[in-house]
Amino acid sequence: MQRALFDAADVARVVDRIAHQLLEKTGGARDTALLGIPTRGAPLARRLAARIKAFEGVDVPVGTLDVTLHRDDLRLRAVRALAETEEPPGGVDDRLVVLVDDVLYSGRTVRAALDALRDLGRPRAVQLAVLVDRGHRELPIRADYVGKNVPTSRDETVRVLLSEVDGRDAVLLEQAPTPARGAGPRAGEQPAAGPPGPGSGGTGDRGRPDGVPAGLRTERRP
Amino acid sequence: MKHLLSAGDLSREEALSVLDTAERMESALAGREVKKLPTLRGRTVVNLFFEDSTRTRTSFELAAKRLSADVVTFSAKGSSVSKGESLKDTALTLEAMGSDAVVVRHSCSGAPHRLAGWVRGSVVNAGDGTHEHPTQALLDAYTMRRRLSRLEGLRVTIVGDVLHSRVARSNVLLLSTLGADVTLVAPPTLLPVGVEAWPAAVSYDLDASLPKADVVMTLRVQRERMGESYFPSAREYSRRYGLDRARVALLPDDAIVMHPGPMNRGMEIAAEVADDPRRSTVVEQVSNGVSVRMAVLYLLLGGRSE
Repeated sequence: MQRALFDAADVARVVDRIAHQLLEKTGGARDTALLGIPTRGAPLARRLAARIKAFEGVDVPVGTLDVTLHRDDLRLRAVRALAETEEPPGGVDDRLVVLVDDVLYSGRTVRAALDALRDLGRPRAVQLAVLVDRGHRELPIRADYVGKNVPTSRDETVRVLLSEVDGRDAVLLEQAPTPARGAGPRAGEQPAAGPPGPGSGGTGDRGRPDGVPAGLRTERRP
Repeated sequence: MKHLLSAGDLSREEALSVLDTAERMESALAGREVKKLPTLRGRTVVNLFFEDSTRTRTSFELAAKRLSADVVTFSAKGSSVSKGESLKDTALTLEAMGSDAVVVRHSCSGAPHRLAGWVRGSVVNAGDGTHEHPTQALLDAYTMRRRLSRLEGLRVTIVGDVLHSRVARSNVLLLSTLGADVTLVAPPTLLPVGVEAWPAAVSYDLDASLPKADVVMTLRVQRERMGESYFPSAREYSRRYGLDRARVALLPDDAIVMHPGPMNRGMEIAAEVADDPRRSTVVEQVSNGVSVRMAVLYLLLGGRSE
């Protein structure tokens, strides 16, 4: 069972809003770099940079940061495929680095990203931008820019689809049809092992259906 | 993947995932001051070397350390092996101390296979006798892909002491899995029995195969493994099978020259060929070796232990 939280137009609006907020909060995004966390944080970071360029004509350097090698749950699953890490042009030293990811959930991916970032250099400050914050934090981590706060149960999955990876833009809330979940750990924000194929979407956990929070009944077609 | 014993055990997908992972490892560490990742913290890798080695042992040690594994390096000299301890007892002793992976080099072909049956952890073959050296083949394939940006259809000539070369055997197996065309060139005395069944062409004439080669890999003349004489003289070998400037001139323009090291300069490869930065990948092969071995250790130890 799945419901759409965002359609393509919503995704575009939210990216625009985050780009505006980022410009406002950073005073014009100077000395700022965007670091996308693969898989879907990477295209999101590029979109944000493109919007910022369109609004203010500022070129914000963009990079990607694969956090797999820094995760704390590697031993809980089969070995994960790695994604590309690419330092933004000019590096991260003394800049404001904005980490970009699709879904903020347990916060463990962001913790891994902070560790990975420490090895990359020493930013002046680090901020976090996410498309969806679905709650259930396991660490004291908070986003600076949030596309949408979505109250969820742990048994639901928030799936972000982006055209660069999945062929279309959408955010879906899914409830797994079966309660089967084996001995699997609570997921981080990244999809399970292996390179995610097109259409698999990012992210989160799956499991038993639960009560849908009342504020979320704005049905849209996927 | 539980063990890495033979390059022939790898499927095309597995082999490519090692190469891709190695590429990611390299990009994860590129330009960093701190060349260290926390990925294998708390895991123990034992390097069990019953045979002399500089680059493979150091390379594995560095790879494990860059992933924050604890590394114990164990050479046969100065150990209980010189008191007569068997391979099995040595392995069980090391396992009892809590090793998660054993990287083994042994002068007997098949030793890593035997070891894999005795220990619970992963076993990586770092060279066994005249049999296989799978991580060398992986780093060679990685180097070829980096330099020439493809492996499929690549024409690779491997020249030299194929009979004693585990590098040649592993390369033939891996490269044929990855779709390259391999030609083995050697004097008849240095080709193994049954070579016609290998997935490679065989030739005795180096000069004829050079003009259509994208890669020439020269093998070390392994004097330590040659009890009897396999060719009349070093000079004659060098004249017919050594890679000198005149032979390199026969190669296509973008072809590369590889050597697994250690080199006998002036014997199988001329010094000026080995030191030509445009063609020779000898130094790159060594640095690529660390990335590839990091990838192998990550793929064996980086997930849930089975």
